Amino acid sequence: MAESTPPAKIELREVRKSFGPKVVLDGINLTVAPGESLVIIGGSGTGKSVMLKCILGLLRPDSGKISVDGEDVTRLTGRAREKANRHFGMLFQGGALFDSLPVWENVAFGLTHGRGMARREAKGIAIEKLAAVGLNKDVGELRPSELSGGMQKRVGLARAIAADPDIIFFDEPTTGLDPIMADVINDLIVKTVKMVGATAVSITHDMISARKIADRVAMIHKGKIIWDGAAKDIDSSGNPYVDQFVHGRADGPIQMEVRR
Amino acid sequence: MNPIGGVGRATIALITEIGRVSLFLSEALRSLVRPPFFWALIGQQMLRIGYFSLPVVGFTAFFTGGALALQIFIGGDRVGAEALVPRIVVLGITRELGPVIASLMVAGRVAAAIAAEIGTMRVTEQIDALTTLSTNPFNYLVAPRIIAAVLTMPLLVFIADIVGVFGGYVVATLDLGFNNAAYLQNTYDFLRTNDVVSGLVKAAVFGFIIAALGCYQGFNSKGGAQGVGKATTDAVVTASILILAANFVMTSLFFR
Ligand SMILES: Nc1ncnc2c1ncn2[C@@H]1O[C@H](COP(=O)(O)OP(=O)(O)OP(=O)(O)O)[C@@H](O)[C@H]1O
Ligand SMILES: [Mg+2]
Repeated sequence: MAESTPPAKIELREVRKSFGPKVVLDGINLTVAPGESLVIIGGSGTGKSVMLKCILGLLRPDSGKISVDGEDVTRLTGRAREKANRHFGMLFQGGALFDSLPVWENVAFGLTHGRGMARREAKGIAIEKLAAVGLNKDVGELRPSELSGGMQKRVGLARAIAADPDIIFFDEPTTGLDPIMADVINDLIVKTVKMVGATAVSITHDMISARKIADRVAMIHKGKIIWDGAAKDIDSSGNPYVDQFVHGRADGPIQMEVRR
Repeated sequence: MNPIGGVGRATIALITEIGRVSLFLSEALRSLVRPPFFWALIGQQMLRIGYFSLPVVGFTAFFTGGALALQIFIGGDRVGAEALVPRIVVLGITRELGPVIASLMVAGRVAAAIAAEIGTMRVTEQIDALTTLSTNPFNYLVAPRIIAAVLTMPLLVFIADIVGVFGGYVVATLDLGFNNAAYLQNTYDFLRTNDVVSGLVKAAVFGFIIAALGCYQGFNSKGGAQGVGKATTDAVVTASILILAANFVMTSLFFR
């Protein structure tokens, strides 16, 4: 193959993952270019979160290969995994905030614990990042359990970007936010990707958000990427699955598993 | 149901479980010697495991010492009871009952608390979050708890020894008509350093069992609140059984 294309930031090749008899990822092939913002769409329970966890090394794929910056990270453990994870920031779907620590320490965690930064300095950065997601200084002293769901989401977002990672994963960044705050978060994601030059992979069901933050969109269905294209082509994909999802119709090739 | 198949499945399940515990323990032991060390967390855990267990350990030790004195007095048929009661009380407490009872009480308190806390962190993905923030969960969660438990259990048991012997002394002098000075003299003359030290060594081992099993069950909990509840129960039950088994093994090693 010609070496003309720039090396991929993230590359998944034939990644498979099952839980017992249940096949979740059935040969995922996906490439993310440096500085690109990729949005992954797909029905609930199709394995979007599982795919992110495989890239992060939280779940081990049964087979296939995952590389980051051209380096195979599929089976890294221990120190090597910690080192690889320094590239990553992750917003968990459920927040996953440390409930034993105040908000600012949550945001600063990757700095103080992951990189050994002094607490004072890290606190300053944490407060800056909280401001970026629309939370003031006083919120920093609260416990995560004292926050509303949307505020927890934003703290999770601040934590994900606190250490200025070059690859950021957002698992449903706007779910549970009001439309105005959702737009603030969309702007923030766009800004983080454009200004810092980070690579972003976001999962969302929110098509408004997808249109705003995506350079490229990939749709996952039954464990495979069934469509992958530029965000502007999403309305003219010619793919009935994508059409159904984008327009949120109950009728179409995707049949929800509900009992009648 | 095929009974032989059932036995086979149970055996396989047991072997799998032993394998998983061994893997977990080897990872846990490695985290004890591999930096970074979170000193503040070790201190915090020592407070939680040791200091806050003092009342419950103190009370149980006191009443155990008292009951022991009564039983020996009655069972000794009052023949030579003057010498027998203080000796057996101090021996029984320092060698066996102090470490075992204190550890069982701490297992109920601490193994349960550790399993519940870490189990909740597991099911809410906080442990995954640690990994993504380049922090090894074994260094951050497991090592401080094991170190704290291994350091504080001997201290707790030392206090339990003193309070237990005191419980025997109170019952013997107030209820059974023993002479204060003679009782203490008898206790002191009979006690060997090794009796106490063997009990403290046991305590350190029990501390390890309590923290390691609490962490293990928490790490492996799944399925929400119910899963965390099960992890908590399993932590206390398995830690208690292992404490009693390890105690038997150590007694037969130390005193034969
Ligand atoms: N740890 C696990 N053990 C067993 N099954 C799992 C586990 N994690 C996920 N699954 C299963 O894998 C499938 C995909 O889950 P995943 O969380 O990736 O869905 P998703 O695409 O993110 O859905 P949603 O949009 O609702 O978040 C689900 O059917 C789920 O039951
Ligand atoms: Mg998900």
